[in-house]
Amino acid sequence: MSVLNKSTGTAAARDTPARRRPRVDRLPYLLLLPCLAIITVLLLWPLGQVVAMSFFKLNNVRQLRGDREWPWVGLANYTQILGDPFFRTVLRNTVLFAAANVVLTMILGTLVGLLLNRLGKRMATFVASCVMLAWATPALTGTIVWKWIFDDTSGLVTWLFNKLPDGLSTALFGRSDWTGYGWFNSPLLFFAILTLVVVWHSFPFIAVSVLAGLKSVPSELQEAARVDGAGPWRVFWSVTFPVLRPVFGILVVLSTIWDFKVFTQQFVLAGGTQDRSTFMLSIYSYAEAFSPPPKYGLGAAIAVILTVILLLVTGLYVRMVLRQEEEA
Amino acid sequence: MKRIALNGAGLLVALFAAFPVYWMVATSLKPNSEIFASTPRPVPAEPTLAHYREILGGNLIPGVTFLDFFLNSVLVAVATVLLSGLVALLAATAVARFRFKLRTSFLIMLLVVQMIPLEALVIPLFLMIQRLGLYNTLPSLILTYLGFSLPFAVWMLRGFVAAVPKELEEAAAIDGASRAQTFRRILFPLVAPGLVATSIFSFITAWNELIFALTFINDQQKYTLPVAMTFFFGRDDTAWGSVMAASTLFTLPVIVFFLLVQRRMVSGLVAGAVKG
Repeated sequence: MSVLNKSTGTAAARDTPARRRPRVDRLPYLLLLPCLAIITVLLLWPLGQVVAMSFFKLNNVRQLRGDREWPWVGLANYTQILGDPFFRTVLRNTVLFAAANVVLTMILGTLVGLLLNRLGKRMATFVASCVMLAWATPALTGTIVWKWIFDDTSGLVTWLFNKLPDGLSTALFGRSDWTGYGWFNSPLLFFAILTLVVVWHSFPFIAVSVLAGLKSVPSELQEAARVDGAGPWRVFWSVTFPVLRPVFGILVVLSTIWDFKVFTQQFVLAGGTQDRSTFMLSIYSYAEAFSPPPKYGLGAAIAVILTVILLLVTGLYVRMVLRQEEEA
Repeated sequence: MKRIALNGAGLLVALFAAFPVYWMVATSLKPNSEIFASTPRPVPAEPTLAHYREILGGNLIPGVTFLDFFLNSVLVAVATVLLSGLVALLAATAVARFRFKLRTSFLIMLLVVQMIPLEALVIPLFLMIQRLGLYNTLPSLILTYLGFSLPFAVWMLRGFVAAVPKELEEAAAIDGASRAQTFRRILFPLVAPGLVATSIFSFITAWNELIFALTFINDQQKYTLPVAMTFFFGRDDTAWGSVMAASTLFTLPVIVFFLLVQRRMVSGLVAGAVKG
């Protein structure tokens, strides 16, 4: 407190009344100004710009620099995409992938959250620390390690499958020698491994959030239900779940948003943008725009479609958070 | 019996979650003979730092070593952290300490912009960077990451600012401290831990980012680590030892930082949803 006492003096006479009775205080606006400017220039303006670009034919980087004309093509980029059967494949891939990942992440995350809540203290700390490791690992290196685990010659999974008794392996999969097997060659298998990688990265957040939510459920409630003869399933749905419902809502929306735009994991696992059969919206947009020959307008149109889908989901999220804040 | 089942499940979860990280470190310490052995060893029998020496000493791309990429990444991330921390602190103070007309609108905007798919902004930001003449420079990335990390930083910091009892500042004001003095001497020291936590998130955002770095940088000696790693990785698929050593060095700082602040992450994202 000595710091406070040092600066008694003339400033008080001038400042204190102003603090007590602020008419229109300009200070908060001044404090917000840099932040608003940055968000406007770096997020909102580009968001408008991507919409604008989607109405032009932009196939040359010189056009971006402003050295060349921008020919207006109206909705041509959109009609081209929406009329392309490939787009429908990509959209289907994206929606199915996101749905599968959200469901799996939520189930695994919730189960682990419930488990952590039941474990003894030391075990819970140990398991939680391991779970944190998966969460903390960057998408890039996490994916690289999984790629190594699925390596076709020295990878662990290839070795495991080679270890299967030959008869069983042949009966199940029609082959006994897995060395050189391209784990990433068939789209279905590729998506399965991508799902594994993404779920591995994202279940920790769900688990920790659910655990945090569980800690706020009075354990007396669950005990009372148990004493009244409810089984674990019943306790979860009748006591735990209703309390956690708002948390679940937000987690589902956040997961949906994240899983809809997976990029890094896919880019690394596929080794770039050559393999079109496994495209999803975000990588499709990127590839159209940046792999030669560049088609920035077309890529922008795909990005707009992705954004619209996600903004709809976001609308839901904002409504939920606001409702939470009102109740709190 | 039940105890055993629960603990067993716990061990399985721990194994699934931590194994890839362990395997990364273990592989990076194995000599090639063990990495490519027909039967993989769970633990390196003859641990070696050869792969680390290789990537640190050798030229990944002629004339450029791992360390150069590392420094590029550090430069970009640190600049992002400093800028975003400063701007976020000002904005968070405004939101947490003042009631003004646009406050709620601003908060809603913060939530919404966090949901903008950044992947959709690569094309327009590429345009902006081209126009500004920043293409192929590290500042193009600093600028981009500043925009990306700011909304979450403000959202998180506002909680820390709000947690500082207002009475302290009022007392300082009564004692005659100016607003600037109150901010510097009272608020700032008390918010500093929160600022550190927020900075770590900005750091991780900038450190991990791949797509924009891939798009905005052309010269190999300006690559950040993630870009360098995707290239390095694509060149020679069999160099798993070096790839894992590089991955370990890239991952380590993130894990350390992350463990320091992960609690805030949950409370920041599901703000208000959990009471108690």
